[in-house]
Amino acid sequence: MINNLRINKNNFIDQTIRISFKFNGKKLFGYKGDTLASALLANNIHLVGRSFKYHRPRGIMTCGSEEPNAIVQVGKDSSLTEPNVRATEIELYEGLEAFSQNCWPSINFDIGGINNFLSPLLPAGFYYKTFMWPASFWEKYEFFIRHSAGLGKSPTKPDQDLYDHQYVHCDVLVIGGGISGILSAKLSVAKGLNTMLIDDKDYLGGSTIYQDDDIFKINNENSNVWLKKQIETLNKIPNLTIKHRTSVAAFHGYNYLLARENLIDHLNIDERKGKIRQRLWKIRAKKVVIATGAIERPLVFSNNDRPGVILSSSIKKYIDYYGVKTGENISLFTNNDSAYETAISLNKSGVKVKVIIDIREDSNSILSEQVEKSGIKILKGYTVIDTDGYKRIKSFDVMKLSKDGGSVVGNKITYKSDCLGISGGWTPMVHLFTQSGGKLKFRNNDNVFIPDENKTPSKQISVGSSNGDFELDDVINNTVKNIKIFLGLDKNDFENLNIKCSKEKQKRNIWLLPSNKPISKTKPFLDFQNDSTAKDVKLALREGFKSIEHVKRYTTTGMGTDQGKLSNMHALGIIADTTGTNMGDLGTTTFRPPYTPLTFGAIVGRNVGKFFDHTRRTAIHDWHVKNKAEFENVGQWKRPWYFPKNGETMHQSVQRESKAARESAGILDASTLGKIDIQGEDASEFLNRVYTNAWSKLAIGKCRYGLMLNEDGMVYDDGVTTRLAENHYIMSTTTGGAANVLSKLEDYLQTEWPELNVYLTTVTDQYSTMSICGPNSKKIIKKVIPNLDLSDQSFPHMSFKNSKINNVKCRIMRISFTGEHSYEINVQSNYAKDVWERCIEAGKEFNITPYGTETMHLLRAEKGFIITGQDTDGTLTPSDLQMDWIIGKKKYDFIGKRSLYRSDTIREDRKQLVGLLTDDPKEVLEEGAQLVESLDKPIEMLGHVTSSYFSPNLNKSIALAVVRSGKKLKGKKLIVPMENKNINVTITDTVFYDKENKRLNA
Amino acid sequence: MFIINCPYCGERDQSEFSCGGEAHIERPKQPTELSDDQWAEYLFMRKNIKGIQFERWNHIHGCRKWFNVVRDTSNDKIHAVYKMGERPPIK
Ligand SMILES: [Zn+2]
Repeated sequence: MINNLRINKNNFIDQTIRISFKFNGKKLFGYKGDTLASALLANNIHLVGRSFKYHRPRGIMTCGSEEPNAIVQVGKDSSLTEPNVRATEIELYEGLEAFSQNCWPSINFDIGGINNFLSPLLPAGFYYKTFMWPASFWEKYEFFIRHSAGLGKSPTKPDQDLYDHQYVHCDVLVIGGGISGILSAKLSVAKGLNTMLIDDKDYLGGSTIYQDDDIFKINNENSNVWLKKQIETLNKIPNLTIKHRTSVAAFHGYNYLLARENLIDHLNIDERKGKIRQRLWKIRAKKVVIATGAIERPLVFSNNDRPGVILSSSIKKYIDYYGVKTGENISLFTNNDSAYETAISLNKSGVKVKVIIDIREDSNSILSEQVEKSGIKILKGYTVIDTDGYKRIKSFDVMKLSKDGGSVVGNKITYKSDCLGISGGWTPMVHLFTQSGGKLKFRNNDNVFIPDENKTPSKQISVGSSNGDFELDDVINNTVKNIKIFLGLDKNDFENLNIKCSKEKQKRNIWLLPSNKPISKTKPFLDFQNDSTAKDVKLALREGFKSIEHVKRYTTTGMGTDQGKLSNMHALGIIADTTGTNMGDLGTTTFRPPYTPLTFGAIVGRNVGKFFDHTRRTAIHDWHVKNKAEFENVGQWKRPWYFPKNGETMHQSVQRESKAARESAGILDASTLGKIDIQGEDASEFLNRVYTNAWSKLAIGKCRYGLMLNEDGMVYDDGVTTRLAENHYIMSTTTGGAANVLSKLEDYLQTEWPELNVYLTTVTDQYSTMSICGPNSKKIIKKVIPNLDLSDQSFPHMSFKNSKINNVKCRIMRISFTGEHSYEINVQSNYAKDVWERCIEAGKEFNITPYGTETMHLLRAEKGFIITGQDTDGTLTPSDLQMDWIIGKKKYDFIGKRSLYRSDTIREDRKQLVGLLTDDPKEVLEEGAQLVESLDKPIEMLGHVTSSYFSPNLNKSIALAVVRSGKKLKGKKLIVPMENKNINVTITDTVFYDKENKRLNA
Repeated sequence: MFIINCPYCGERDQSEFSCGGEAHIERPKQPTELSDDQWAEYLFMRKNIKGIQFERWNHIHGCRKWFNVVRDTSNDKIHAVYKMGERPPIK
């Protein structure tokens, strides 16, 4: 059997290189240059899958990216297997293994096939209508549906392949390497423009490159010969880049395009190692030429989906390009001249063409006359009404069409054929054009949507058959004429070429071909991948759907991985016919990127694993790792969370760290806090405007806590700012807020207060910060900096001194976020680890204890200090936080001030920050838990817990919460209802520990 | 993904910029003089035009300068770019 379907003479397939591959486990052979589809057909394999809904046997139907049926799973390696790959686009390589999808348990015996017999019960919307009710039944349906449906399997392990992204700029991008694309590229490079030519195939020349027929001549050469010579000259042009195996996925505004280049999928497995699999090109082109061609339409008649029913132009490509016969006894069914070209090719290769069924009453072109002369039988004004054969077409029935084309007349004739080529005309590939914002117009005489030249975005043009020119002379002449204007060219080589070709004279189109049976008894498929029929579309219209977008979703027409490349036009046509609307008025559905499916690998490129996001580590990070810190992600920062010792749990560590910090000394790496250097003669005025409290009178060398609001009066960020010199401040922000605070301040400086002389510089990374707290912190600092006067008179709380630690300049602030006597050392980051280690060394005798973010949070909660972003959520004013003391009442203005006395912000029943104590001191609340007053339904929610800890220093559970009217409710009992119990709590003051702040100066 | 002609740096990809909403809304000089309604007008009310819109943009991953852009929101065509404090070159 093998190879008798392969003809010998062929220019494109290298029959000296035999390639072995496996399909569904069976070992087969093909040749270098084959696609999986052509190799399967050469092995007489048509049946490649089962349809999605009815599990009908389906065969290879096309030879390109529009293929709806032949989608396969490639490879079985759990990290490299890929689902939903079109067999028509897989270049054959040694070791290829492919499997049919959507068949269970096997391609030849498929349990879901029973759906085919149930199909009268499975109309459009069936799943919506049936399985949604009663809801409890869904579980029972789901198993069956999930098991029998599905589009391939996802890999279960991470992808091992490499993917890449690359940016490129060019003067002209030409999409499509067919004859119109090649002419455009040649004209562009001749003008000296930096040009990029992209084609999704491994060869250039489109369908003209195998159009070897005396009927089609350019300057007295066959069109393929002439074009081949043009292509040969392309390689020598320096300002031309050609990308093969590259498919444009998206065309965005401003000529920004994404294209996926396949680099290794065609190589033998052993040649791929270490090479990049796919590259996503991010192209910015000054001008774009769309030359994406057209795809052939099927014809819609009953049982038009059997294996062996193939697009006529694909049959031609299989025989002329791949040298593969798609059958031994082929018939053709058409509404236009294209099928005659196929007939001539088949005839030349010695394949018997049994009959051509043409729905047109007449056809008298050069093509049709040549076919008639060759003796092939042609039935004019006939239609195919049905086909027979289960896993492969065996025969089909034809009848004469009535004059109006609405019915069939006369007797049924049956023809035996193992392959039926169908041609319903051509559809220009306008997907990229519309993606870019272009609008289509409808051409009535051959029912095509083509780019509207008046509604084309600037700096792009569509040429060739993607612009609706289907005949060789029109393609060449219009491309050359339009490109000349588009690129502003002078005279050129391609004007006045001598072109000979056949011209189609008769046209007839019937979207849904009539049958001798009522439509309910037929199966005219529209969308082969999603199994929707013309009946489904008609049903949707009867049920009241009118918009094409709604019909599409209800019937799922055009919603498969092929995005309805073959089905959309017929769906529109049937809607137009049924509703009596002009197709042009209906419009099309929206074409969305990607044009063909993209792998996730190509989309993410190198941004995987550790490159998925930036990781920021402090200068002291290595010490933390060495000392077994557990880390917490805070934005992009890695912060020590806690430092477990001897197998401690997190709770045990935090309790130990918290006690140590209050009893002796703790040390925290606070380097991640944002630091903004503020300089300029108006720096004080600037701070006055951005913080709620007063800043003009802050003495040099002093620190102050500031609260920053949004204009809506809600707390935005907080931190301590230090006046380093007359016109020089250093502001600290929260870790998470650092970048946003800087941007916000810049915004005000540049747009609202340009008169202020202030400069902002982020120094978060330049300085590292360590905070040493606890009753022994002073002794440790004394050891590290012996000559620094640490007396309360010289260096009181909220003040700052410049100093040196072992000759390294540092800024020491006496500020505290724990309520303990505390110092913060700021030092240039490259010295930070050394300074940190000196502090640890000096603190050893005091059991200095490194602590992480969790202990920091606990210690500040004991003192009732808020964390913006944890206790606040953008809906709390300073007053809601019981921080009225920080509002500079005498200040004329600051960001957010006016909002603090809007009717809404002065409401007394706003949510306000309170402390909570559980009646059972051992019971620790969950953060986020709701607070209620009574359990009577409906239960009213009064607020929620924002921070909650077990305090080792108080030996009880403490929490902060926001509660409606909370300020007035001190002493009130509330309930925290949890899944299994109700927890009783009492509202308290927010400060739990050292209310008199005695420890600050201890 | 459009291209914005930063008045300080020149043409750059949109991904380098961030949009700051409607332009030419000046922060009131004397907020305390305003009624709740007047302040709310400044604080909350923004246009959302299909068509020509005046916007603030920040070259956040570049020179970090704020400037104004006149953009047609229906097709992203940018009609003008001008510095803060300048009058719109078109109406
Ligand atoms: Zn800039």
